[in-house]
Amino acid sequence: MTMRRLACLTMLLAALGGCGDHSMSQQNRYGTFSKAPLFRDGTEAQSLPKGTVAQGDLARARQITTPPAVDMALLSRGRERYDIYCSPCHGLSGHGDGMIVQRGFPAPPSYHSARLRAADARHIFDVITNGYGTMYSYAARIEPRDRWAIIAYIRALQQSQQTDMAAAPQLRSKLP
Amino acid sequence: MQLFRPGANTIATLAIAAIGAAPVLAVGLSYEVMRSPYVTNQNITRNQPVPFSHEHHVSGLGLDCRYCHTSVEKARFAGMPPTETCMTCHSQIWTNAQMLAPVRESLARSKPMAWTRVHRLPDYVYFDHSVHVAKGVGCTTCHGDVGQMRLMRQAAPLTMQWCLDCHRNPAPYLRPREAVFDPKWRPPKDRAEIGAKLAAGYHIKTDHLTDCTICHR
Repeated sequence: MTMRRLACLTMLLAALGGCGDHSMSQQNRYGTFSKAPLFRDGTEAQSLPKGTVAQGDLARARQITTPPAVDMALLSRGRERYDIYCSPCHGLSGHGDGMIVQRGFPAPPSYHSARLRAADARHIFDVITNGYGTMYSYAARIEPRDRWAIIAYIRALQQSQQTDMAAAPQLRSKLP
Repeated sequence: MQLFRPGANTIATLAIAAIGAAPVLAVGLSYEVMRSPYVTNQNITRNQPVPFSHEHHVSGLGLDCRYCHTSVEKARFAGMPPTETCMTCHSQIWTNAQMLAPVRESLARSKPMAWTRVHRLPDYVYFDHSVHVAKGVGCTTCHGDVGQMRLMRQAAPLTMQWCLDCHRNPAPYLRPREAVFDPKWRPPKDRAEIGAKLAAGYHIKTDHLTDCTICHR
């Protein structure tokens, strides 16, 4: 009799195991940026331990030291990245009059000033990487190769404001 | 002898009809429930620790989606901006705003903001943002008119049917590459015609786009 009761109880428990959500819509793993009680700070997004070397770090380091060759593709990429990350403050033409400046952010210097026209590319690269004055670092948002692309586009912007149209009439016919 | 009252016939007919209709209605009802916002969370606005307005930042200031969602072109996850991104501007603008106190606190204590998730897919669904934007699906195609949303809400039902509608015939939903991140882009009148050309240009082949393993892996 006891055996039979035990058997009934086991079957009942086994049947209960079938209850609950079996849709697998919530699986036993952490999603990106989800809460993660296993970690002390409670988030799945953990920063890398100090001294971590990721695969491809050497190649990335090379991207920082060696600028890529400038071609039309790099300039277009630079323009796209510039419009996304720089134009809010520096303005679409680089005069330092972007929308965020119009809303009260301290105005950055114009790229068309004598000082920034003379500044070398490495200086601009360092400013994007580390920030400057009230400007935050963009190292986490813009990859090294894209920083060089942006610099190439800034050079194009500087050129655009300094070209003597009277001296080169054939250029005017090419303008839209 | 009269066993049944005269109304009995009607009741019997209704009962027989109900036996036939009940399963159909039950299926229809559950179908409607499963499609309703009650289940899909469509158009439900979530409360957030800071009432971040896409309307202000996207339409008002003209920020590009990628200024904050930096990984959308290269990863499955579009990316939530770290507090540093907020403070890039708000270290100088609205520095005393009470509304932004949680952001400043987050930076001071190195503790990430705990935003409330708006778009939730079941864990058995694989979704990758990068391939969608690379193939000409615009942000607002799925996320709706984000530039008009003061608080974020889920514009699409995110049901499997909704995914399949596009995977079966993506052409009418595609945009030219330069319009993918444009929140104000409106489809041209000859969209179907342009869509076919775009689909060919993006090398989109629909033969295997509805295979189970495309989204369930």
